[in-house]
Amino acid sequence: MQPFTYARPASLTEAFTLAQQPGAALLAGGTTMVDLMRGDLTAPSSIVDIGHLNELAAFDTSGPVLRFGALARMADVAEDATLLSAYPALAESLQLAASQQLRNAATVGGNMLQRTRCVYFRDGVSACNKRVPGSGCSALDGITRDMALFATSEKCIATYPGDWGNALAAFDTSVEVSSASGTRTIPFAELHVAYGDDPAVETTLRRGEIITAILVQATPAGRCSTYLKVRDRQSYAYAVVSATVALEMQGDVVQSARVSLGGVATKPWRSHAAEAALTGVTLNEQTALAAGHAGFADARPLAENGFKIELGARAVARAALVASKRI
Amino acid sequence: MPDTLPPETPLLVTLRVNEHDHPLALDPRTTLLDALREHLGLTGTKVGCNHGTCGACTVHIDGRRQLACLVLAAAAQGRDIRTIEGLSDADGALHPMQAAFVAHDALQCGYCTPGQIMSAVACVTEGHTRTDAEIREYMSGNLCRCGAYPNIVAAVRDVAQQKAA
Repeated sequence: MQPFTYARPASLTEAFTLAQQPGAALLAGGTTMVDLMRGDLTAPSSIVDIGHLNELAAFDTSGPVLRFGALARMADVAEDATLLSAYPALAESLQLAASQQLRNAATVGGNMLQRTRCVYFRDGVSACNKRVPGSGCSALDGITRDMALFATSEKCIATYPGDWGNALAAFDTSVEVSSASGTRTIPFAELHVAYGDDPAVETTLRRGEIITAILVQATPAGRCSTYLKVRDRQSYAYAVVSATVALEMQGDVVQSARVSLGGVATKPWRSHAAEAALTGVTLNEQTALAAGHAGFADARPLAENGFKIELGARAVARAALVASKRI
Repeated sequence: MPDTLPPETPLLVTLRVNEHDHPLALDPRTTLLDALREHLGLTGTKVGCNHGTCGACTVHIDGRRQLACLVLAAAAQGRDIRTIEGLSDADGALHPMQAAFVAHDALQCGYCTPGQIMSAVACVTEGHTRTDAEIREYMSGNLCRCGAYPNIVAAVRDVAQQKAA
């Protein structure tokens, strides 16, 4: 770990000032940040610890807009009674992420920003355009089983790992960010960026900005939703693939559908193609699977991750069938 | 301003551990795990992966289980920290979970055991013990390479049932 100065601002206003300084990084729950620093994958010159600012820790799931303070703990949000009944996909995405020790520490704001688990990024020595811009990408000629099939580039094929972020992508979500110069709201689809010329750039957040809240528009489709996660072991593992499906049903007919895919893209991935394939159809195993395949029609498989197309399509199909029964 | 200090400047941090306050001068990089073991001599909390994946360093912070390897000591100021050393009574009587681990032979080499026990105590407090499947799911953050899992589940179930009785 590289040396840094540690500051513990007494207020959000003080945090804005400290966060503006070059080389500053925010510390919330620390579960990702401390690990990245220990591996020299990031080396901020100053740490601004905001983890104790309780004004950002509240959340309210009862109104027309669900509001999650950025510092709400994953474990607390995962057990919110309203979320469990009215938006099971969101609660499940948190319950199925990490372990209880990590969920007790990690915040819903920080969790959205967790960085890829790509082994070539994490090992600290392989060529990696994300870690050392311009150094190349060892994954392109390496083991590609865990790599992405959507929004990849010639410079980076690393998967976005977050369950919560992938589930949020299925809903009308936005992120409230504030800094010394004011507050703005970013549509969730615009928070993460597909890797272009510089894979080190992962979000549209600007220097000094702090995520203060996550906002989700209430929808009746929330009740009829699920987050399905497929892992290499039964618990406490990242998704090989995941599917979030939220539906509005009239009898067996899908009135509207929301679908997002995890473990397959370089950023949280909403699948409008799968949504279109579900909308208006009578839901059964065949139509659900057809929608799953539609979601992967534009996938760009690599040498070893093509299996995720069929696995992912079937995950979408099963999630749709599970969600449709939650009326 | 804190940011104008050279990074080598020790931070003065008071940690409250097992109901005692410990003033310390620490490198800002010091994790809670290192502070407990290297500065306070509390070596019951184990270093496993030092990476957040094995659970050997599980402690309670404000009554909730967390991983000491992923918490900066400076960030733990003002929090109530409990380690395995603080679990038994002042007279040395074992905590019911410690006794259950003995009774159910819930360990082999013992390295993961302090983390398992701290996690198990919290698991019961949280109420995540309604079924064996739930116990397994909520204990999945603690790895045991000896494979004592069935007996660990039995110990947790036993304490949960004692508490409910």
